[in-house]
Amino acid sequence: MDFGQFISYIASGTVYTVGVTLVALPSGLLIGTILALLYVYGGKAAARVMNLYSTVFRGIPPLVLLFILYFAVTKGINLSAFWAGSLSLGIVSSAYQMEIVRGALLSVSGDQLMAARAIGLSRLQAIRYVVLPQAVRLAIPPWSNEAAIVIKDSSLVYALGVPEILRRAQLIGASSQRYLLAYLSAAVIYFLLVFGTTRLLAMLEKKLTIPSNP
Amino acid sequence: MPEPILTIKNLTKKYGENVIFQNLDLTVNEGDTIVIIGPSGTGKSTLLRCINLLTRPDDGQIWLDNKEITARGTDEDKVRQHIGMVFQNFLLFNHLTALGNVKLGLDKVKKMSDKEATEKAMHELARVGLADRADHYPGQLSGGQQQRVGIARALAMDPRIMLFDEPTSALDPELIGEVLEVMRQLALEGMTMLVVTHEMGFAREVADRIVFMEKGYIVEQGSPNEMFNHPKFPRTREFLWKITELYGKKEKEAD
Repeated sequence: MDFGQFISYIASGTVYTVGVTLVALPSGLLIGTILALLYVYGGKAAARVMNLYSTVFRGIPPLVLLFILYFAVTKGINLSAFWAGSLSLGIVSSAYQMEIVRGALLSVSGDQLMAARAIGLSRLQAIRYVVLPQAVRLAIPPWSNEAAIVIKDSSLVYALGVPEILRRAQLIGASSQRYLLAYLSAAVIYFLLVFGTTRLLAMLEKKLTIPSNP
Repeated sequence: MPEPILTIKNLTKKYGENVIFQNLDLTVNEGDTIVIIGPSGTGKSTLLRCINLLTRPDDGQIWLDNKEITARGTDEDKVRQHIGMVFQNFLLFNHLTALGNVKLGLDKVKKMSDKEATEKAMHELARVGLADRADHYPGQLSGGQQQRVGIARALAMDPRIMLFDEPTSALDPELIGEVLEVMRQLALEGMTMLVVTHEMGFAREVADRIVFMEKGYIVEQGSPNEMFNHPKFPRTREFLWKITELYGKKEKEAD
């Protein structure tokens, strides 16, 4: 096997890595945002429930949750390794993303919400048109951090046998006995994915920056 | 006989044990400019916030145009459309341009078409002398300009009454004049205004009535002439003297 084949075998796992990330990150964002809104605006009872959710899912290693979901929960509904892995990571991430969005909402809310209500906007309108657009901007830097973590954590689904980058590196390393090269290749691919993503988000952050005088 | 726009009866607000004001009465007639003065922590800002229901009073009633807005089942969002509010810290929406700030309520609350809303918003910006700053973001405007946008934003809703909560207190002295000028103009146009301020020059010149509040009570109220020249209570005289001394200097600098 020549070097090109060696690399492309590992690199072809990128499809799975990106796939897992593209399920986990947006599902985590959707759940996290909804829960954050409930946390901040849903009253005391909702806040307590959200706090519990956050504490529980941030307190369990993603790999453990992954195994629980795959081996225990999916017995009944026959979830594939890919979906079980992606959704577990999405749930774990949702707890972190909830905290990110919550922080952003809290730092915009208060006065801005009051000013919006003062011109007759309903609470929902005020959140939607005044608080959220500003919160999104504040959330991008910490969210970029979380995106990097999810890309890297996607490697955990290797434990379920999903043929993503790490899994392939492990297989080809074992069969060729060139472990170092295999894992180095995997490291470079992960790095490029993370680097590209954070750069894109940095560009988005810059694009969305509200103009102001220095 | 002028019609009262706003009538407040027996209004009480407490935070826990802490009584902000108690059994407060106040009437504002159409076209009046009423200036509320008093030491800080007297409940002036809380009073304004109770009037547009941003804070719920604990007891008492408020009528706006003979309709009790403190009644159960009142649509608060509707009430607030008719009461303009200008804040000490401007509180412009930071992610929107000056035009966007003024347009938002027209767009989402009054449901105007984009064209109508833009025209109306531009008209209000022109009214405060900022038509040429329409596409600037709050961060690109001076404090005085931001506050004028804040006034335009409130005016755009065609309110029955405008509440000003220390509109110039956060401004550098040289920027106060432009905001007071806009307010003076509004008063001349017949807008009904309730203004909490320490600007005695403005109070003396523009107010139809000055209300002196202290420790949650209205100590005394009357025309600027009565209040400045023949106050009934020594406390009123003392406060007015002190505040004029303190802020008079600032006003001179601003001129």
